[in-house]
Formats: sequence, C-alpha cells, structure tokens
Amino acid sequence: MKTLILSTAVLALSAGLAMAQTVRMGTEGAYPPYNFINDAGEVDGFEREFGDELCARAELTCEWVTNDWDSIIPNLVSGNYDTIIAGMSINDERDEVIDFTQDYIPPATSSYVALSEDADLGGVVAAQTSTLQSQYISESDATLLEFATADEIITALKSGEADAVFFDTDYLVPIVEESGGELMFIGETVTLGRGTGMGIRESDTELKDKFDAAITSMKEDGSLNEMLIKWFGEGTDTY
Amino acid sequence: MFSFCTDPSLLATPAWFACYLTTGKLMLFYASFGTVLLLLAITAPIALGFGFGAAAAARSRILPLSWFGKIYIAMVRGVPDIVFFLFFVIALDQGIEYLRHKIKCPDWDEPIRQGSDFIVCAAAKMPLSTAPQAWHEVYGFALAVLTFAIVFGAFAGNVLFGAMRAVPQAQLETAEAYGMTHRQTFWRILVPQMWIYALPGLSNLWMVLVKATPLLFLLGVEDIVYWAKELGGAKTARFTDYPHGDWRVWYFLGLLIFYLAFTRVSEIVLDRITARLTHGQATAAGEAQRKAAA
Repeated sequence: MKTLILSTAVLALSAGLAMAQTVRMGTEGAYPPYNFINDAGEVDGFEREFGDELCARAELTCEWVTNDWDSIIPNLVSGNYDTIIAGMSINDERDEVIDFTQDYIPPATSSYVALSEDADLGGVVAAQTSTLQSQYISESDATLLEFATADEIITALKSGEADAVFFDTDYLVPIVEESGGELMFIGETVTLGRGTGMGIRESDTELKDKFDAAITSMKEDGSLNEMLIKWFGEGTDTY
Repeated sequence: MFSFCTDPSLLATPAWFACYLTTGKLMLFYASFGTVLLLLAITAPIALGFGFGAAAAARSRILPLSWFGKIYIAMVRGVPDIVFFLFFVIALDQGIEYLRHKIKCPDWDEPIRQGSDFIVCAAAKMPLSTAPQAWHEVYGFALAVLTFAIVFGAFAGNVLFGAMRAVPQAQLETAEAYGMTHRQTFWRILVPQMWIYALPGLSNLWMVLVKATPLLFLLGVEDIVYWAKELGGAKTARFTDYPHGDWRVWYFLGLLIFYLAFTRVSEIVLDRITARLTHGQATAAGEAQRKAAA
C-alpha cells in the first residue's frame, strides 16, 4: 500500500513536471503566410496559430523565438530552442541532422514568376539559399542566383538581376496578385519535397511523439484543414 | 495608436505615417537603437579594462604573466571577427552549460554529445528554458558584451602596450631616482602620461566598435540593421495594415544619418579629451598649447 501511494505521488509529481514543461518554438519570422512579424512586433501567421493549437493539445507551454534562417538548424541542435516551425520542408539532407514530425502541410508546389510571359527559364533564376527550390535550380540547366531571404529574390527580379524567380507558390501568390500585373506566373509548377514538418532534435523523441500525436488529432478532426484554407486560400492542398 | 488609424482612405498621408510610425513593430525598431547604445556604453569600458589588463600583463616582469598578455593580444587580433562571433559564442555558451551540467546533475548517465546534438540536463540550461524570453535576451546580450569586450580588448591592449612604451624613458628613470618603487612608477608616472599616446589608436577602435554592432544579429540580438532590413522589405496588404513597397533604401538612409551623427558627436568628445590630456605633455601638441597660452 505504501509503495502504491508513493508511486502515485511520484506519478503525480512527474505529470506536474510535464505540464510545466516550456517548449521554445524557433521560427524565422520572415516568411508570410507561414510565419512573419505582425504590426505589433509579434510572431504571426499560419504556423503561429497552428503551433499554439498544437501546444494547447499537447498541454505544453510554448514560447516563440525568432532566428536567422541560415543558423536555424545549428541553434536547434545546440539547444537554444526545442523545435523549428518555420515552413521547413522535410528532406533527406536535413533528416540526417535533425528529426521531423509528420508533415503538417502537404508537399508544396513551387512556381516560376517573371516580369513577362516570354522570360527565359534557362537563364538566371533567383531562389532563397539552402531551400528545396535552390537545390532544384542548381540541378537544372538554369544559372542559380541565391539570396538569404525570400524578399530579396523578388527585388532581384524587379531590378532585372534575375530573369525569373523560383519559389514556394503559397508565398508568391499574394505578391503576384498585388503587383498589379507587373509580375506573373509562368511555366509549370513543380512539386518538391515530402511536405512541411516540425524539426526536432534527434535525441528528443518524447517531444516528437507529443507533437506527432497532436498533429494527428488535428488532421483527424479537420481543424488543420480549416487552418490551411484560412491562411493559404481555397485552392490549397489539404489532408 | 490613434483612433483614425483604421481609416483605409488615409494611405500614405501624414496621418498614415503617424499611424505607421507608432506600430508595435516600429517601437521595437526604436528600442533597438537603445540596445545598440547600451551595448556600446557597457562594452567600451569593459574592453578598455581588458586592454589595460592585457597591456599591463604583457609588460610584466613575471614571465608567464607577460606571455599570457602577449598571447591573448596576438591570438585574438589574428582571428577573423566573424569566426570569433560564430564559433566562440557557441563554444562559450556550451562551455557554461557543460560546467553547470557537471555541478547540477552529477548522476546524469547519458552522453552530452549525441551525434550533432548537445544535450545537458534541464537544470543546467542557461538560462532555464522555462525562463521568460526577456532573460534569454539578457543572456544573449551579455554574451555579446563579453565577446565584443574580448575582441576589442585585444586591440586596445596592443594600443596601450605601445602607448606605455612611448612615455619618455627619462620620466621613468627620474621617478626611480626619487626612490619610487616599480609599482609607484607605473601608477603615478607611466599610466597618467600614456593616455595621450593611446588616444589616437583608441579613438579609431571606438569608431570601429560603433560600426561593428550589426554583428550582434549573429548572436541573436536584434539590432538596428536587422530591424531596418525587416521593416524595409516589401509588405503585402494581406499580412499588415500598412502595406508598402521596398523601403529598405529609406531605412538604411536613416541608419546612415544615425551613424554619421554618432561619429560626429564622438569626434567632438574625443577632440575635447585630447585637448585636456595634451595639457603639460612633452609632445608637439602640448608644446603648441603652452605657446598659445603664453
């Protein structure tokens, strides 16, 4: 009986500890609609809403942190935050260093955007550095022009430095729509990667399982689809 | 901020700017100027202290101490800043966490390095992951101050080492002839007189330090250049109430004015300090000052 009480107490205590666990969510904050800094200076976007919902379901306290895209993986493995939730596509190269949860956005399509219909897609194509798109362009015949942020590739296109940009369709849609006809989609869209997942340290399997369970529950009750449509529009791929 | 901010017809009018310039995001931009100034205000004296220590150690008669001072100056001066800021800070952070881990969690049996992961027990995290974000920022800021102080301390050390040797030898000999000890000579004769020789080099270092603050973002501290880039980028109407085109050139122009004004103020202050320190010195400028007064 005594041991029973003791083990119950230990269980209750460890459950209490689990409740109090703070998870630091690392994101880029420069990638609308996935994640961006809103007018109030806070992290906002699809991943903010989605991440907060996941944390509520997994009963975790979450804190949002922004980090430069280039050093987002090194800072995760050295423990400055516990997850990467930054529109990061799952691929083999990254999977060697960190672990991914199951995907929460279906494999994204990427598109070319140019200033005119007859732009040369085999010429100079701009893409954000260390993305699936930049890898795709470097393996094609076109000349790759890399920039640190997505914003800069659009600037390069407008200034004529690049013939076209190749990037995530969801990111490009609002920009093309609001350019007043200056920018247009050309060529075929391409599906790259295995979807977008949360990056988690390889040793952190417990946290990974918690988030996986929360994502599954959101997929099952349809709330994930609602959120995808809210942020990416009616035409987006859902589960 | 203001009640009329929600009116969409105000776009790009003075009223629109009044609203735009008072959003929370712009407030963070203004606050980052404070961060940079605070960093300079804290780093400069600490770096000077490091430099003074290094110079005093380098000219010490105790051989190991002299080696230590010289090696510190030579090594830090030889390593590129960006390597220092990327590698050293992560190493320092992990070193601190490793020590805390050894002290706080002695019965932890898992290895600290697992593949590319660096794992310490939760109690050894610096700061604790349950700590509010503000503490993480303070910690990052402190790491930044320390790193800047070590780097600029080495340069200042070299400048001061040279300045100490520039003080006329006759002065030191006279002091000893009066029966002053080595220590008394150092503090009463050498140190008060060396500053005038060190000042040109130190003022250069100050100017470089003022402009080195964008390195802060490498350390995760959001400085004025980070915010200028973030705020200046084109914004579409879907994600903000204040859409605009690529405004980076305006933001960077603002930074240019800030840096120019700041250097100008620094120059004026440094000129005054030079004039004061020159007083009564056996230098050309000191002589000119004496003649002008006579």
